[in-house]
Amino acid sequence: MTNEKKITCIVCPIGCKILTKTDGTHFEVLNGNKCKRGVEYARNEALDPRRMLTTTVLVKNGKWPLVSVKSTKPVPKQKIFEVLKEIKKITLAAPVTSGQVVLENAAGTKIDIVSTKTITKIKK
Amino acid sequence: MTTSTVDVAVIGAGPAGLAAAISAKESGAKNVIVLDRNSWLGGILPQCIHDGFGVIETGSSMTGPEYAQMYINMAEKQKITLLCETMVLSFDKNLTITAVNKNGLQKIKTKSIILSMGCRERTRWFAMIPGDRPSGIFTAGVAQAFINLYNIMPGKNILILGSGDVGLIMARRLKFEGANVLGVVEILPFPSGLPRNVVQCLDDYDTPLYLNHTVTYIQGRERLESVTIAQIDKNRKVIPGTERKIKCDTLLLSLGLIPENELAGNTGINIDNTTGGPIVNQFLETSLPGVFACGNCLQVYDLVDELSSDAKRAGANAAQKKNLKTEKTIKINPGKGVRYVVPQLITVPGKTHFSLRVIKPEESKRIIINSGGKEVFSKKLAWVNPANMISFDAEIPNEILEKEQDLEVCLA
Repeated sequence: MTNEKKITCIVCPIGCKILTKTDGTHFEVLNGNKCKRGVEYARNEALDPRRMLTTTVLVKNGKWPLVSVKSTKPVPKQKIFEVLKEIKKITLAAPVTSGQVVLENAAGTKIDIVSTKTITKIKK
Repeated sequence: MTTSTVDVAVIGAGPAGLAAAISAKESGAKNVIVLDRNSWLGGILPQCIHDGFGVIETGSSMTGPEYAQMYINMAEKQKITLLCETMVLSFDKNLTITAVNKNGLQKIKTKSIILSMGCRERTRWFAMIPGDRPSGIFTAGVAQAFINLYNIMPGKNILILGSGDVGLIMARRLKFEGANVLGVVEILPFPSGLPRNVVQCLDDYDTPLYLNHTVTYIQGRERLESVTIAQIDKNRKVIPGTERKIKCDTLLLSLGLIPENELAGNTGINIDNTTGGPIVNQFLETSLPGVFACGNCLQVYDLVDELSSDAKRAGANAAQKKNLKTEKTIKINPGKGVRYVVPQLITVPGKTHFSLRVIKPEESKRIIINSGGKEVFSKKLAWVNPANMISFDAEIPNEILEKEQDLEVCLA
């Protein structure tokens, strides 16, 4: 199936509206780009759009009730809400160290979720 | 009351304060103290959990908490005194700071002060939105703190007024947390936030952006029940018949930031009416000698990398203030197409770092520095955008300073 899609380029702030055509494997820019970099950006956006994912995870007995987390690599766009759903199931016990793996192979993406903050344990 | 003496005192432990303090120490200041009223270090960064920080500086995209921790670690390594839960009440012209914390009143005598108090968010009263006063109206940054630090959801059906970066980032964050984001309303014909945030925070999740629109009425008895939006014309007048009532329980305001400069103002430091920050020279020194300004209380930055880089200059200058000589003073005025320029004053010739913001988005332009109608510097730019701060170095020749003729920075 061929699909025409308008992509806003974010390589620079001109923000060209690039019209692309793709059937999932083949890719073509129809019009709109003012430079070559726009073609590369549009290709990735049309064939395999990915985003870094950041959110928070619940922490028990911590100085703060949440720890911030990130994906170690950009996650395929259509998997974002699936990954978020898995992350929401997690509750960690303090202390949590920045860089600690919170979830391995999130939603089968082979991408891990790691903490980006250190949360100390609350003194009782 | 406790009295202490330091070389450099920094007010505010956000990214600017930490970078300035580290740089002051590296530049020879022996005793450096950082004061912050919060219980944590890093200012706003611990709640900015998204990535995109430090790309220019480190080459990798860090999250806010990671970027802050990098500087906290450096500050600790440099043995800088970091004093949290300490509120600066005032400082005087002799550079004595009065602060208060759990141990009582603190008098801190210092050779230099660095102002790095950051910003506050504009509230509903800035936009003068008429209507009821129900609960459910928050500034975007407060909502960000609720969600990312305190695990509190501000609401379910949410409308955002203002397309600044914090508002855009919150639109995505709220979607991630299961809220229904009804749209972002922007009075200008273009978004105020960075293009990448428009694409990755709104377009990705099909969140509508209503440009040339504003909120005209807020309705709700206890909790917010609805918000009326309407299209505006070129003169920002509501176009009759375009009003539309949107049912929602929460309104987030992302109306921009106001540099926090009550402390500076109370001491008589001159403030720039456009930036809202102190008027500074090329050393980032304010009108009170020995007091320097950096970070968002000087001007609102869009990238932390640039903020830290400028803050480091303020820190180094604060540590070496004896070497800072003032020859003659000329003003730098914003001209056509330019909203503001920092620094506002030049007191020595030579390589000078400028930062500025333009008024509207345009393509293929030149930034020009004029001295009495004569061009002394010019830089080509493929595009300009108010959301992207422009910074560059320019050589200011001695003869310009000798003439004591003000400079104008404009767009052509």
